[in-house]
Amino acid sequence: MSLLHFELHDFRGGIHPEEHKHQSTELPIASAGIPSVIVLPIGQHIGAPSSPVVKIGDKVLKGQIIAEPQGFVSTALHAPTSGTISAIEPRPIPHASGMSDLCIEITPDGEDTWIEHHGVKDYLDTAPAELVNIIQHSGVAGLGGAGFPSHIKLNAPAEKITTLIINAAECEPYITADDMLMREHADQVIKGIEILVHILNPDRCLIGVEDNKPEAINALNKAMGTTRDDTHKIHVVPVPTKYPSGGEKQLIQILTGKEVPAGGIPADIGVVCQNIGTAHAIHNAVVLGQPLVSRITTVTGKACAQPRNYQTLLGTPISHLLKLAGVDHNQMNRLIMGGPMMGFTLQSEDIPIIKTTNCILAANHEELPNPELAQPCIRCGMCTEACPAQLLPQQLYWFAKSSNLEQVEAHNIADCIECGACSYVCPSNIPLVQYYRFAKGEIRQANADKIKSDRAKERFETRLARQEREAAEKEAKRKARAEAAAKKQAEKKAAAEASGASTNTDSSSTTSSTEAPLPDMALLQKKLDAAKTAVEKSKEKLAAAEAEGSDKAELFKNAVEKSQQKMKDAAKAIADARKQMKASENTSSSHANEKGDPNTPERLKNKLELAESRLTTAEERLAAAQAENSDKVDAYMTAVNAQKERVQAAKDALNSVLANSNTPPINETASVAKPSPNIEQLEQKVRAAQTRVDKASERLEMAKAQGMDTIDALQLGLDKQKSKLADAKKQLEEAQS
Amino acid sequence: MTPVLIAVLALVGLSIVFGGILGFAAIRFKVEGNPVVEQIDALLPQTQCGQCSYPGCRPYAEAIANGEEKINKCPPGGESTIHAIADLLGVEPEPLDAEHGEEKESKMVAVIREDECIGCTKCIQACPVDAILGAAKQMHTVIEDECTGCDLCLDPCPVDCIDMVPVATTLQSWHWEAPKAFDPATNHQIIATDRGQAA
Amino acid sequence: MKLLNISSPHATRPGTTGGVMQQVLLAMLPGIAALTYFFGMGHIIQIALAVIVAVGAEAAVLYIRKKPIGFFLKDYSAVVTAVLLALALPPLTPWWITIVATLFAIVVAKHLYGGLGQNPFNPAMIGFALVLISFPVPMTTSWTAPTPILENAIGFSDAVTLIFSQRETIDAYTMATPLDLYKHKVAVATADEITLDPIFGSGIALGWEWVNIAFLIGGLYLLWRKIFTWHIPVSYLAALTACSILFGWDSDRFVPTSLHILAGATMLGAFFIATDPVTASTTPLGKLIYGAGIGLFIYVIRAWGTYPDAIAFAVLLMNFAAPFIDQYTQPRTYGHAKAKRGLPGKE
Ligand code: SF4
Ligand code: SF4
Ligand code: SF4
Ligand code: SF4
Repeated sequence: MSLLHFELHDFRGGIHPEEHKHQSTELPIASAGIPSVIVLPIGQHIGAPSSPVVKIGDKVLKGQIIAEPQGFVSTALHAPTSGTISAIEPRPIPHASGMSDLCIEITPDGEDTWIEHHGVKDYLDTAPAELVNIIQHSGVAGLGGAGFPSHIKLNAPAEKITTLIINAAECEPYITADDMLMREHADQVIKGIEILVHILNPDRCLIGVEDNKPEAINALNKAMGTTRDDTHKIHVVPVPTKYPSGGEKQLIQILTGKEVPAGGIPADIGVVCQNIGTAHAIHNAVVLGQPLVSRITTVTGKACAQPRNYQTLLGTPISHLLKLAGVDHNQMNRLIMGGPMMGFTLQSEDIPIIKTTNCILAANHEELPNPELAQPCIRCGMCTEACPAQLLPQQLYWFAKSSNLEQVEAHNIADCIECGACSYVCPSNIPLVQYYRFAKGEIRQANADKIKSDRAKERFETRLARQEREAAEKEAKRKARAEAAAKKQAEKKAAAEASGASTNTDSSSTTSSTEAPLPDMALLQKKLDAAKTAVEKSKEKLAAAEAEGSDKAELFKNAVEKSQQKMKDAAKAIADARKQMKASENTSSSHANEKGDPNTPERLKNKLELAESRLTTAEERLAAAQAENSDKVDAYMTAVNAQKERVQAAKDALNSVLANSNTPPINETASVAKPSPNIEQLEQKVRAAQTRVDKASERLEMAKAQGMDTIDALQLGLDKQKSKLADAKKQLEEAQS
Repeated sequence: MTPVLIAVLALVGLSIVFGGILGFAAIRFKVEGNPVVEQIDALLPQTQCGQCSYPGCRPYAEAIANGEEKINKCPPGGESTIHAIADLLGVEPEPLDAEHGEEKESKMVAVIREDECIGCTKCIQACPVDAILGAAKQMHTVIEDECTGCDLCLDPCPVDCIDMVPVATTLQSWHWEAPKAFDPATNHQIIATDRGQAA
Repeated sequence: MKLLNISSPHATRPGTTGGVMQQVLLAMLPGIAALTYFFGMGHIIQIALAVIVAVGAEAAVLYIRKKPIGFFLKDYSAVVTAVLLALALPPLTPWWITIVATLFAIVVAKHLYGGLGQNPFNPAMIGFALVLISFPVPMTTSWTAPTPILENAIGFSDAVTLIFSQRETIDAYTMATPLDLYKHKVAVATADEITLDPIFGSGIALGWEWVNIAFLIGGLYLLWRKIFTWHIPVSYLAALTACSILFGWDSDRFVPTSLHILAGATMLGAFFIATDPVTASTTPLGKLIYGAGIGLFIYVIRAWGTYPDAIAFAVLLMNFAAPFIDQYTQPRTYGHAKAKRGLPGKE
């Protein structure tokens, strides 16, 4: 069953660091107990962090869901013990940066009361989809390293899975969590693997264990005797001890001889790889109905009085474990989460254990001395020999150091698994991996910047185009106005002549005023027609695009909408023009007269009002500045005074004009003309609002077309503008009626 | 004929031949349009801040491409942009022209102190990438993702309620720094420094 | 309490660059012993002289460059350069030539290019080539005859006098090297006639064969210690052998293979000079090409050039090519169907 001989394929490179594993395997796994506080970061896995569904003060039971998965690449989070939610706030999380992220804090009540739960006894007869669902909702994420949500790899892969690989190599020095798990819980592990086999139905399932764990291999083989799996698919395969045989890509290469294509995933070559700890968690989730609330963590290192493996509740602060293991703080020089090859240093002991924490290494000076000063690279090539990814670490280093990102990328830095084998062997003690991490980060940053700058460029260009368009429109309007003014001038002349002749004043004025807007109307009509054809054309294009299923359909739709909008605008403009026409029909030629003279009381009044409102603003600001004791008080003071003067001047001007020409005809004109400019103003307002709405919706559409995340903000802006437009329209209607 | 004469003739002949080849290549492989502008533009940071004294990055790119302008006038791009353009054009990189401003330590974004904003829309008009939202008399907001940190909205604001703040590092954007010579936090030295420097 | 915050890996293999260099020095001991046994104390004095000058020059340059002196001296690279240079020089080279060569190697060939790890050319060979070109006469007439055919071995004081002052009597001790001799005589004599010369001894080349074997042993030791990989020495020797068999099958007309392999500085070059990691190619395939190129050039220069031995020029020529070889011989990275080769963006 298991003693089949497999053809193993070696991977290139690799190293044999000192193992340091026996220290923590002397004693069986112990329970770490319930700490006084539990802190659970909401992002313990790769992908979207889960979102809390509890509030501060809530009582939770062990296994109760406290954060729901957000989307597919995400998983749930459960209370590791019963207690009260005491905080939901950012806390330092286990991350190389030492930064903080949102955490849920639970103060345990010490009862450790389970929520009601039940397992699936006949799991081999349950539909795989249902099991995957259970796994996702039990919060199982890869317990080996990266913490990839497990259900994703199990979810109906596109390719046929031929080989399921269970990664039990555990190649990093010091770590023995998987080793002890296999020794003590082999039965459950095998059951978990059976579930995986049932879900994926591969041709074979290989459990890769490094041959430095004979006890674990024996235990697994013994447990296989009790398996219900009668297909004989599952095999325990001892693999030669060599770091990093437990790297996913390397283990796949050892067991199948195939390489995961660069940028691809194992499923591309028909392989799924799961960690042995994950298999155990899946067993607990499916068979016992217990979500992932605890894991086995190795606490080791020479600073520990008794290195050992602990069954640890997630969220347990590291300080709790260190105390259990009797860490001598004076000795401890480096505190590492993970192993000595790929783990990261911690700056604080309050950081909690999370789903991926397989080891806490409290090292003293002697076993992990402070690194020697880096010497120059002598290009000795030892790193090349050690690199399991067949990279050229010294070249990568050379280019990373000089920030030559192009060359680093050309040398396939993306394929570096950051295993540290190169740094390990480097006689010059160069922190190579840190250079690679730096370069990778810079590349990521550069790509993000590139995307951003492209978008900025696009937005800038759109803006320029818009400004140009607006300028052109303004210019056109100005011309139209100038023409109209010229016409009116002519009219006035005509009218004057007519009145001079004192014949048929009424009729002539009527004719001239009806004639005047006519060319305007023609222009508008033309615009409308053009807009109509544009709409037609766009619609045609849209139909064609839709028929073709082209991805441009969206774009065309926008175009149609835009042209429709234009058409509407044009129609409205015509309507407006008609209204104006009527208005001017009602008013006499004196109306035109009034427009020409800048010193009409009307204008002056406006000016006065404007000046007054400015004065108010200035005064307000002054008051605010005074209240704040800002150093701008003086400036504002001058501003207020200037405004006051202006107001006074405006008032004087108005009064003098009123006094000078307090004649009934003008007064009459003013009163008659008044409603008309008012409506005009309102109309202008409506138009302005309309353009703003147009602009906003244009922006919004652009954002939508580009799938930008500013859509919401833009939508908000658009809505606001729309409501303003509606207001303005209402006002206009009121004024008109 | 003296050997000297032969040598001179040979050299002249060679230069004519190679000149001909080069000239032919220049015509035969002439690239349509002016992609150099595109290429330079692609290297510029697109902050559109105008610090280079051109109204945006593209005009500056055009000026460089036409040989009218030096390549060291874009402070937001800084040394790396200068080097990239120098690489592209095959010229010597020059240090950043301090006249146009200095390279900033970190990326910045504009933030409007919203309760102070009077809604004058001045900043909207100034923003080269339409990253500010708002309507007249309403509070305005900067869309952080779109802001290029160009500073152009600062001056127009009549109440000085816009601040430039450094872009915060997030868990997603954090990455390891290149190894530092000396880590003051732990008093630990990783790389040998020159004598007389922090060591 | 401050905890150390550094990037993984946290475990490193003990050892330093200085340690590697010490291994190299150790591996050269058998060769030095053989040289001294067969060619007198000249080399010992040259080594001492070169090392002193090299370390002094290195310290001075480091001082000028404001680098930590002790830290960089600890890497032993200057010592290795000096010893290699001294071994390449004829044992009775006048002292000032040795000094000039060493200074040039350390100051120009190494530090002007940025110091250890940044020099494109092997410093020892640059120094050697410089003096070979500049002072061809003393350089080609300073090889001592093998001790067994001298009346009495060159002792320490003899060597000191010969190197530092009395150059007049030097002819009594020197002799052309077997490679040189064979090459010059082959035009007028047959192989059998040539090898009658006592310098060829009863075997291949008196003394030289043992010197080469001693360097071979040292080289094998370094291979075993994984200081370098087999690629360069193997392809170097293979190429040299292949060439000499191809052209030199007729020992009446060409220098025979055995002489190519076991006379001159062949083994020193194969295991200690060509393998200088800084200036060699670094990719596995690149190393093969690099080694083969050196082997080929050695043969070409020895056979058709005017210099008696050719290691220095062959190595320097391939140093030139190493960066390009590297660019075009990148290994296939895990997960890639094909190796990326050539310059980025020009695929
Ligand atoms: S192991 Fe270190 S010294 Fe050797 S080539 Fe690699 S980086 Fe350079
Ligand atoms: S860290 Fe990267 S470059 Fe170094 S050995 Fe591992 S895979 Fe290769
Ligand atoms: S200075 Fe500003 S506008 Fe000019 S190129 Fe640089 S980012 Fe663009
Ligand atoms: S310029 Fe200042 S006050 Fe005016 S809208 Fe912008 S932020 Fe508000």
